[in-house]
Amino acid sequence: MVENRPFAQFMAYLTLALGVVIVAFPVYLAVMASTFDTATIINGNMPLVPGNQADENYTRTLLYGGMHARQPVGGMMLNSMIMALGIAIGKILISILSAFAVVYFKFPFRKTAFWIIFITLMLPVEVRIYPTYKIVADLGLLDTYTGLVMPLIASATGTLLFRQFFMTIPDELLEASKIDGAGAFRFFKDTLLPLSMTTIAALFVIQFIYGWNQYLWPLLITTKSSMQTIVIGIKMMITTTDALTEWNVAMTTAVLAMLPPVLVVIFMQRLFVKGLVETEK
Amino acid sequence: MAGVTLDTVRKIYAGNVEAVKGVSLGIEDGSFCVLVGPSGCGKSTLLRMIAGLETISGGEVKIGDRVVNQVEPADRDIAMVFQNYALYPHMSVYDNMAYGLKNRGTPKDEIEKRVNEAARILAIETFLARKPRQLSGGQRQRVAMGRAIVRKPQVFLFDEPLSNLDAKLRVQMRVEIKRLQRALGVTSIYVTHDQVEAMTLSDKLVVMSGGQIEQVGTPSEVYRRPETRFVATFIGSPPMNILPGQVEGPGRVSVGGQSIAVTDMREGLIPGSAIEVGLRPEDVQAGGVGTSSLTMDVDFVEELGATQLFHGKVAGAEFIVQASTGQLPADTRKLTLAVDPGNVHLFDPQTTKRLGRV
Repeated sequence: MVENRPFAQFMAYLTLALGVVIVAFPVYLAVMASTFDTATIINGNMPLVPGNQADENYTRTLLYGGMHARQPVGGMMLNSMIMALGIAIGKILISILSAFAVVYFKFPFRKTAFWIIFITLMLPVEVRIYPTYKIVADLGLLDTYTGLVMPLIASATGTLLFRQFFMTIPDELLEASKIDGAGAFRFFKDTLLPLSMTTIAALFVIQFIYGWNQYLWPLLITTKSSMQTIVIGIKMMITTTDALTEWNVAMTTAVLAMLPPVLVVIFMQRLFVKGLVETEK
Repeated sequence: MAGVTLDTVRKIYAGNVEAVKGVSLGIEDGSFCVLVGPSGCGKSTLLRMIAGLETISGGEVKIGDRVVNQVEPADRDIAMVFQNYALYPHMSVYDNMAYGLKNRGTPKDEIEKRVNEAARILAIETFLARKPRQLSGGQRQRVAMGRAIVRKPQVFLFDEPLSNLDAKLRVQMRVEIKRLQRALGVTSIYVTHDQVEAMTLSDKLVVMSGGQIEQVGTPSEVYRRPETRFVATFIGSPPMNILPGQVEGPGRVSVGGQSIAVTDMREGLIPGSAIEVGLRPEDVQAGGVGTSSLTMDVDFVEELGATQLFHGKVAGAEFIVQASTGQLPADTRKLTLAVDPGNVHLFDPQTTKRLGRV
């Protein structure tokens, strides 16, 4: 379509720019707030240009934490990172293998197995939180990384995604592999895995962010402050008691909490697009 | 190299659907055998059973002297070319061809030698580093054949390999497949629904219908002397005309009251009994005068360039006649058809079997 209507174009840009501003301003505010001391923020007249406390805020927050939550945010970030990576990688491993089994192997109760996996879609952590907590507690997994990661791995989204993808791969590819002397495992490694790379990337992004942003589950099962994740850390920074909230530390923590998901999206998006362009079955 | 022998091979799918109903067939070493038939006739199933991609419900499949019923596809020493090529999209052309050899533990330099040789034969040397998606349909088809050639198998299996190509390329690839098979001398089994492909490629033509073999023979045998009405109407284009007729006596039948002489006619047929008379559109002489003749009412004419097809009715049945362009005016309404007694095919209306000389 050839179109040359300057006014319409201007309006389109204006609308988009407005949207960006609405979304971006709070983020900008948080970044700015992380560069001032507490007093400047508290007095209500925080300037919109960067202050000079950035170095001190970030060093202090990362290494020592705030007054109320005396836990270095660096450690929280490590916990969050372990949890998010554990969930993303664990889920990809489990779901690609289970989808492989469900799609390519004929075994008794295959349909049943698939439907059982499917049903777990309706049971996110929040719904099954009490029994899950009970099991994790009985297994002595409270305050452990295993306890943080494992219950969140078990759900059907990944399996479904891979199953849908595997169904689009023509049967002839499997048959050609068979004639070429590749067994089930070789077919998986040499053909299925390379073809699934974009799906894996997509799932990784989704699951990493899902894991990183978990609030309820880590809140429940971590009691030791050394096991806290950064999302919980933010909450701890903002006190509701009569003590003064260290807004600069809270904002610094918030900015730090934003970074890894943003980086994952930026980095993986390249892989995404590359994959989308290159994919052909 | 080896021939392939099928002994009452059956395929029964779940729900008791019999897709292949006891097929026996011997394919000589080095020959080119084409299985042809309409869709759903069981030809692809039969091929896939030979390949080992379908289990065999009954009977025996032998490659050479070895019964392969329970042998894995990879160990049957066969190579297959699929309709949609089934190339590995993420591998280069070279890797696509080398994959099967790699899995067998062939030494690297041997793989390289064989792939390069196959690439040379197929003229795809310049594409070896490319991915399949960067190739045209014809080039992909060549790679798929290259993948089969490098294995140096005892049998090539082709499952409608040309149906995804456009008409021009199809003719070109058809010639190449034939040339390649001649050069390599590998037993080949080729499945198609295209009767032109079937006629041109095969040493041995197998016409199938409803899970059974209708006729086996050389292309010219099948064309000249179809054993059943199905074969008669399936091979040949436009299809053979079938007219209702009656036995008059030895060597004579009548169609709509007009008497025709027949060379190839079973003895001892009862005069007056019904019979089906088959005439190929290209075998009757429009406007000619012969020992026997039929009259035809023309409905319309199709122009094909070099030839014309006259559509109409003879003795109340649909009839098509092929004539050279310019031989007859296009507005002809009535035609006299001269019939050579040697070109008349007779079929039993009940069994649809040929009623020729025994």
